[in-house]
Amino acid sequence: MQKELWKGNEAIAEAAIRAGCRAYFGYPITPQNEIPEYMSKRMPESGGVFVQAESELAAINMVYGAAAAGARAMTSSSSPGISLMQEGISYLVGSDLPAVIVNMMRGGPGLGTIQPGQADYYQATRSPGHGDGHMPVLAPSGIQEAVDLMWDAFEMADKYLTPVMVVADGMIGQMMEPIVWNRTEPLPEADKPWAANGRDGEGQTHFVSSLRLQSSENEQFVHTLKEKYEEITKNEVRYEAVGCKNADILIAAFGTTARIASTAIRKLEKEGIRAGLFRPITLWPFPYEALKELALQESVKAVLTVEMSLGQMHEDVRLSVLDKKPTPFYGRTGGMVPEPKDIAEKVREVIKEAGK
Amino acid sequence: MPPRERRLVVILGAFGTGKTEFAINLALKLSMQGRRTALADLDLVNPYFRSREKENLLKDKGIALIAPKGALRDADLPSIPSSLKQLLFDMDMTGVLDIGGDRTGARVLGQFAGEIAAQNPAVWYVYNHSRFDNRTAEAAITSLRQIESQSGLSVNGLVNNTHLLRETTLDTVKNGAKGAKALSDFIKLPLICHCVSREIAGSNPGVSPMFVMDLHMNRPWEEA
Repeated sequence: MQKELWKGNEAIAEAAIRAGCRAYFGYPITPQNEIPEYMSKRMPESGGVFVQAESELAAINMVYGAAAAGARAMTSSSSPGISLMQEGISYLVGSDLPAVIVNMMRGGPGLGTIQPGQADYYQATRSPGHGDGHMPVLAPSGIQEAVDLMWDAFEMADKYLTPVMVVADGMIGQMMEPIVWNRTEPLPEADKPWAANGRDGEGQTHFVSSLRLQSSENEQFVHTLKEKYEEITKNEVRYEAVGCKNADILIAAFGTTARIASTAIRKLEKEGIRAGLFRPITLWPFPYEALKELALQESVKAVLTVEMSLGQMHEDVRLSVLDKKPTPFYGRTGGMVPEPKDIAEKVREVIKEAGK
Repeated sequence: MPPRERRLVVILGAFGTGKTEFAINLALKLSMQGRRTALADLDLVNPYFRSREKENLLKDKGIALIAPKGALRDADLPSIPSSLKQLLFDMDMTGVLDIGGDRTGARVLGQFAGEIAAQNPAVWYVYNHSRFDNRTAEAAITSLRQIESQSGLSVNGLVNNTHLLRETTLDTVKNGAKGAKALSDFIKLPLICHCVSREIAGSNPGVSPMFVMDLHMNRPWEEA
């Protein structure tokens, strides 16, 4: 198959359409503007709906409405815009509605910068909005993977009736990369007997809501969420482990940072240091068990976490490894991107420290 | 290369065609030929991968960089550096104008189109056959015409810069040359050159005229 050169944001938008998404609502924000722009052109051509909402809050509520009516819907934004959407995401969780949200992260907090960041990890993985919720969080490290994961995101959303977030740092949205279309067929229409899409006078009206005034009923609902999350945790954990077997040190990193770490690993290899890359693809559910098993190998002296933040995934790495091995951290934040040489230097330092 | 009487070279094209890589290489070459050279980074739409990131390289080679400064450097605000005006009046300066991608990027030129057009500029459209929407000459022309109409300038040359980044092979270059030739015949615009990385140029891709480029716009995991 001939490779095509795509810009990340445009490829993600095209992949969503090819996967069968027919409703997009969004509001512009750098570095993901090419997603709504591309959608505004292609969605109508594909028989779908594009609305530029008046705000991110409106966009996520339009997603809620479309999902409640049974449409395969999505939105996209970048960090500050995703903050605005938190309420609506929590409502999606509270109403068991499928939807996909793309977060092309930039440096925060606040308006921060338009340069890449990964500091929305806690926001994405701990709880979407308020309440006892979770959502699957997929983190591609390149455009090919981002494109392939769009199918998986919509599939998971339909299967588990949940919002799914695809998180990438702005670099992945802005860069170009050659890709192939591994999947071309749209996902089959999911059976949605609960959808509020008109009953033609037959039976009781469908009603989609997250309001359950009776606390005991609400508690019961949260327990059904728990069962759902256990199911997702059992089935959907994804990660990539490269060169981790018998490694001297493991580097845990996701997204663009994982690719930068790979360059550092190749440098270190030439010096005789065997560094393995552990790259979570699902940030939630986090691959705790897989990382723990690799970290406990006798050869592994430490597990270094590298992020474009002050250390957020670091907490999950520490929960995997507990206190069995040292778990140092290296990161740049606020829109700054770590360089391979700095990661390599940190690894040398950690190895030296461990040798004492 | 643009003859001396054409002192302004405007570089237009779609996202990711490699306009910035070409602009930097062209500015370096013109400067090496002894021409006083300025590179104007007028990319107001892309937040990343802009020629201003190569400020130090350009400075080392004595090339003036015209780009938003200070806090505006990392922004994507529609601010045009005042030094652009200087370039338009400095008749001894050769100027390479690196314009943002797509029709949205080209819009910035509109307000200067009259002044630029009056100076008989080279207006080159960078073409990358590997881009998903350049597979047919018809689709490529739509993109070219949109960019042209937004910029207010008429394209007078095509630069073939077909690549797949680090995955570029001899075949990528050869296929690209065919696509560029088809486009050039179709819209009757001269093909100025075929851009080829130094590595591929070494294996003789058989395209002519060839513009050999060193790759400066690396992604964070790619080291020069």
